[in-house]
Amino acid sequence: MAWFRRSKSGIESDSKKKEIPDGMWTKCDKCGEIIHKKQLEQNAFTCQKCNFHFRIGSSEYIQILFDEKSFKEMDKKMMSADPLNFVDTKPYKERVKEAIKNTGLYDAVRTGTGKINGHNVVAAIMDFSFIGGSMGSVVGEKIARAIQKSIKTKYPLIIISKSGGARMMEGALSLMQLAKTSAMLTKLAEAKVPYISILTDPTTGGTTASYAMLGDVNIAEPGALIGFAGPRVIKQATGKDLPPGFQTSEFLLEKGFIDFICHRKELKSKVTQLLDLFAS
Amino acid sequence: MPKTILEFEKPIIELEQKISEMKKLSETLDIEDEIKSLEEKIQQLQDQIYSNLSRWQIVQIARHPERPYTLDYIQKITTDFIELHGDRYFGDDKALVGGFAKLNGETVMVIGQQKGRDTKSNLYRNFGMMNPEGYRKALRLMKLAEKFEKPVITFLDTPGAYPGIEAEERGQAEAIARNLFEMSKLRVPIIVVIIGEGASGGALGIGVGDRILMLEYCWYSVISPESCSSILWRSWDYKEQAAEALKLTAKDLIQFNIIDRIVPEPRGGAHRNPDQAAIILKEILIDELNKLKKIKIDKLIEMRIQKFLNMGVYLE
Ligand SMILES: [Zn+2]
Repeated sequence: MAWFRRSKSGIESDSKKKEIPDGMWTKCDKCGEIIHKKQLEQNAFTCQKCNFHFRIGSSEYIQILFDEKSFKEMDKKMMSADPLNFVDTKPYKERVKEAIKNTGLYDAVRTGTGKINGHNVVAAIMDFSFIGGSMGSVVGEKIARAIQKSIKTKYPLIIISKSGGARMMEGALSLMQLAKTSAMLTKLAEAKVPYISILTDPTTGGTTASYAMLGDVNIAEPGALIGFAGPRVIKQATGKDLPPGFQTSEFLLEKGFIDFICHRKELKSKVTQLLDLFAS
Repeated sequence: MPKTILEFEKPIIELEQKISEMKKLSETLDIEDEIKSLEEKIQQLQDQIYSNLSRWQIVQIARHPERPYTLDYIQKITTDFIELHGDRYFGDDKALVGGFAKLNGETVMVIGQQKGRDTKSNLYRNFGMMNPEGYRKALRLMKLAEKFEKPVITFLDTPGAYPGIEAEERGQAEAIARNLFEMSKLRVPIIVVIIGEGASGGALGIGVGDRILMLEYCWYSVISPESCSSILWRSWDYKEQAAEALKLTAKDLIQFNIIDRIVPEPRGGAHRNPDQAAIILKEILIDELNKLKKIKIDKLIEMRIQKFLNMGVYLE
């Protein structure tokens, strides 16, 4: 359940758009196509030639999914307390400080309310650029509160997962966030409020093994890595070569764990359609 | 004499051997006093060693191959155990055992991860590493218990969920997530006991309940010290430091309210006296179950969910 996964050289954007390469041109990770920044934005940060989905952050998803200026963030400044006083090669406190400085975010998820083509929703959107999108106490608490908000307002819940799993530096407390978020989802289910889970590249470990897999509808972006154990761990444990396409969105669709794959450009219209179907 | 001796157990075991030799001699010689003083010395030494165990040493005790496993506890604590097999969808996971049994005369559902003791049985049990069908089998048995209003007791002892190709194909993550969801609202009391290793989501997949008990020399965390070392230190050599940093022992976890009660182990650990370990656990299980039975089920579920909602430390 490691949060760690070396990132591809692609965009792992955040609110400051720090990782978007300097200059106006970006190279596609998959096909090498040179893409203009404006073009990339217009295509919801996907490659127009090969459909490669760049890794983007919560700000971009908010821009893509929500009606203009409708997103109101909740619990924005909730921060890790370093309950274990964790030190590895570097103190966890410093890692958090650095992540805050580098990303302009406070932790690996942002939550809030907003409108999608007029439909009110509660959303939680993860940021991989913040310590690998790992889930510790802050992510768990913010998601639990977002679910609570959903129950109170009866607004459907949308969670966009992009995470390496539970955060090691908060030990068993991170592990318990799996149970915490899942327990809260039972209350949402009881209140009969819809929950749409959107799985993006990558969604692994404890995040997959809790809320990401528990949507009333599970949607995945094309070509995303989705799984429990990481590919490297599986290779090491089994000594086998992994089959082509293993642990991709397409693989999970075939095995029956997601409802459909949706191109990012069509995400807003598909989610709207679902919200409409739930509401009518 | 135990077959596996941990490094820090050596001085104790050596003295114990000496005593058993002296006892043979004492049939012809009068050395009762010497034996007595040596026995006292062992106790002192043991107390000294066991009150200063490092977290890594506790991890080693938790993995001791002679430690009682789930089926040992079931056999020692309950009567009339009938093992039930299969998830009804795919197969029967040998790393997860379960079935009805009687505890103190009352029917309960016992479920737990099962390790093997030698190469052959370890291969049969997949080293206690469950596949999706194991989590689904556990859920089937819990639903069965719910239907007939029997309390559930789960035993956690696993180095992790199995990281296999087929496990991913059959939805390891979905199976664990589903159990967390369903166990949160199961309409019978659930007692969880960590009896050895509690590694990550693989352990937690049968670990949601009303009371979380943990034996004294066990570990429970988000990752094993070895894997943590390899990821954060980029080397396998920092497992001792990783164990310290992860704060993964019963004494640590009770402070974070992640567990509710520490189950004391016999002197030197459960592997030195499995019968005694089972007697202690049995008494505590009966006590806890009696308390839970007094609570109305709707209130119990609300308390269970609230208990997990309270887990976490953050600043705002
Ligand atoms: Zn491309």
